[in-house]
Amino acid sequence: MPGLPFRGAAFAAALLLAAGAGDAQEIRLSVTETVIDTGGFRKTALGYDGRSPGPVLRFREGEEAVIHVTNTLDETTSIHWHGFILPYDQDGVPGHGFDGIAPGETFTYRFPMRQAGTYWYHSHSGAQEADGAYGAIIVEPKDPEPFEYDREHVILLNDAHPHAASRILRNLKMSPDYYNRQQRTLADLIADARAQGLGAALKDRADWGEMRMMPTDIEDVQGYAPLINGMSPAQNWTGSFTPGERVRLRIVNGSSMSFFDVRVPGLTMTVVQADGNDVKPVEVDEFRIGVGETYDVIVTPTEDRAYSVLAESVARTAMARASLVPREGMTPEPPPALREPPRLTMADMGMAHGDHSGHGGMGGMAASDGTPPPFDPFYAFGSGLTPVAWNGGRFLSYADLEAETPLYPFRAPDREIVVRLTGNMERYLWSLDDVKFEDSEPMRLRLGERVRITFVNETMMTHPMHIHGLWSLLDNGSGSGMPAKHVVAVAPGATASIEVEVDEPGMWLLHCHLAYHMKAGMMRRIVVEDGPVQAGGMAPAGHAGHGGMRHGG
Amino acid sequence: MAGDLMRAAVLAALLPGAAAAAEAPVYWGVQVERLEGRFGDGEALAWDGDAFVGTDALKLSLRSEAELEDGGFETLENQLRLQTPVSTFFDAVAGLRLDTPEGAPDRLHAVVGLHGLAPQWFEIDADLFLSDHPSARFEAEYEALITNRVILVPSVEIDLPLADDRALDLGGFAPKVEIGARLGYDLVDRAIAPYVGVHYERLVGESAVRTRRAGEDAEAVFAVVGVRLMF
Repeated sequence: MPGLPFRGAAFAAALLLAAGAGDAQEIRLSVTETVIDTGGFRKTALGYDGRSPGPVLRFREGEEAVIHVTNTLDETTSIHWHGFILPYDQDGVPGHGFDGIAPGETFTYRFPMRQAGTYWYHSHSGAQEADGAYGAIIVEPKDPEPFEYDREHVILLNDAHPHAASRILRNLKMSPDYYNRQQRTLADLIADARAQGLGAALKDRADWGEMRMMPTDIEDVQGYAPLINGMSPAQNWTGSFTPGERVRLRIVNGSSMSFFDVRVPGLTMTVVQADGNDVKPVEVDEFRIGVGETYDVIVTPTEDRAYSVLAESVARTAMARASLVPREGMTPEPPPALREPPRLTMADMGMAHGDHSGHGGMGGMAASDGTPPPFDPFYAFGSGLTPVAWNGGRFLSYADLEAETPLYPFRAPDREIVVRLTGNMERYLWSLDDVKFEDSEPMRLRLGERVRITFVNETMMTHPMHIHGLWSLLDNGSGSGMPAKHVVAVAPGATASIEVEVDEPGMWLLHCHLAYHMKAGMMRRIVVEDGPVQAGGMAPAGHAGHGGMRHGG
Repeated sequence: MAGDLMRAAVLAALLPGAAAAAEAPVYWGVQVERLEGRFGDGEALAWDGDAFVGTDALKLSLRSEAELEDGGFETLENQLRLQTPVSTFFDAVAGLRLDTPEGAPDRLHAVVGLHGLAPQWFEIDADLFLSDHPSARFEAEYEALITNRVILVPSVEIDLPLADDRALDLGGFAPKVEIGARLGYDLVDRAIAPYVGVHYERLVGESAVRTRRAGEDAEAVFAVVGVRLMF
């Protein structure tokens, strides 16, 4: 993009609308049609203020956000403030004390900014988000953060598809492997027969065929153009740095379906925040970001050269690329080839069930050369998806995340709710406890209780489970340091538990953040009732107020 | 228009199950498994496809199969079917089938059957056609990936008359068997996939005897050129 090497800066500058005078930050946003042009394809899409992604919205912790959203589409829309703790009727879910924003109408969202960090926003109507209606949010903290940096860039990941979202879902319903172009072929059979013997290769196919499942079923939808800040690898979004500076990358996965493995070759990344909350710094070479998650990392490029930020989809079908450059006109070396795609194993098919986090499960399979499989407690033991860093170094695990300052005192949960993640790939049905949203009763929680929710993934897909309006405290073995997240990815055949302090009344949602899983029914309404407080619960009196009393920082 | 009517019919059928968290989404689709020219023992244009509209729980589909030879329909078969899941991988089917070939009597059958995916990825249709001239049909199809875009589809179909049908020269329990192999290339997504292949069909037993007696061949083999469509 000649002439626009520092588009990131222009981006940010254009978006710093009317810096908050006083206590309220007033922002105007139009929901509009726009065009997504990846260089590979052009399509009519949705966006904000005429572009997709929409502008980066900036707020300060402690102020009131006042956001006037005008709908210029000819269909109803909505904006959900992803990861925010707010009154439920400001959460942007049509039907939850909010009717959606009708064509031509302007709706004003108003809520106190009770948290800081990197978040995002997107439509919660139909499949508008997958059609381009998304953008990043930065909330500056009231108090200094426990880490320092000299410069920051938003890295907003997305998967843009040449097909409209409604068409994608229809195609998946007609033919669930419609977009899977990684299936095993005759050539794979020959290669496997050479490596393992024909008998073993055929037996393996028979085992999968018996289940009518595919070891290549990792990404339901392929054919995406991987975007960073709306730009394809060829368009190469570029941010600047001065050698020696600490550069904070605010990384958001605003994709509809794609998990990415993120790396900056040549640099170690220090993870300082996960889902907007400070974590004890962890140095990693690569990390996996689920749909809807955010991670803030700090890198310190010291050399006077261009660096690449690479985000490779988990099934290795696409690689997003952005550049960090010390001077205009520099470009990093071209992106490397995609790595070999992983294959699901029988462990991912749920052979390791009933044992928390997959520790010591029976379904593990060592690689054929006898080397032990990589281990991460958040994957089924022997899972084909367990990540391995590109350079053999350290890959971030959920187990590494420990809250810098816990948002809540540590206490025992009042009760446990087990939620099975269920589905039928051949019919493209997705559900919780085998019940689709349209047929479901709400999950009822009581104000003041602490609930442990255990997700048991009985499917072969990874599901990024998202709860609106209530933090998900991830049980990752760090005890009182459980990190507070808004999306927890649950790998196939694995079990993961979160604990939720039920401190916001109203109606919320629990859903898989894969756009087409949610649309197909993998969602529950949560109703928080003013019920009696359990022993050890927090005092409920007056707690319904929306005063900024959270974010313990 | 027809789509609206079908949608209304499906929704009406679903009404008793209402009162849920949300309305069940309605999907539709058209799949033409075969649209092909056949060359060999005669020439013909043939198709086999279906269009559906409905929810996960209940679909209405229109299935059409035909062979057009010398400007006349050797076979023309249309089915209107309701389809509902009965197991993880199978749907039960019920409906009507109307045959209107040229130069032979029309037939109206009630249809009951199963449609789904058997272990090892065989796509199966097993239907029972009930009328004064009952028959049963079994179809199996497999997709063998030569590459992720070059796909070989072997198929077999057995049509088994369960009683004599003298007007059609068919003998009870003397089936018609069709075997095919089609090698296609996914040209545009999975929407347009041209293919070439072979199609072989033969009548067995009494059906073959009667057909030959009527002066027609009981066996035919064709080279086929066609296109598979999905949209």
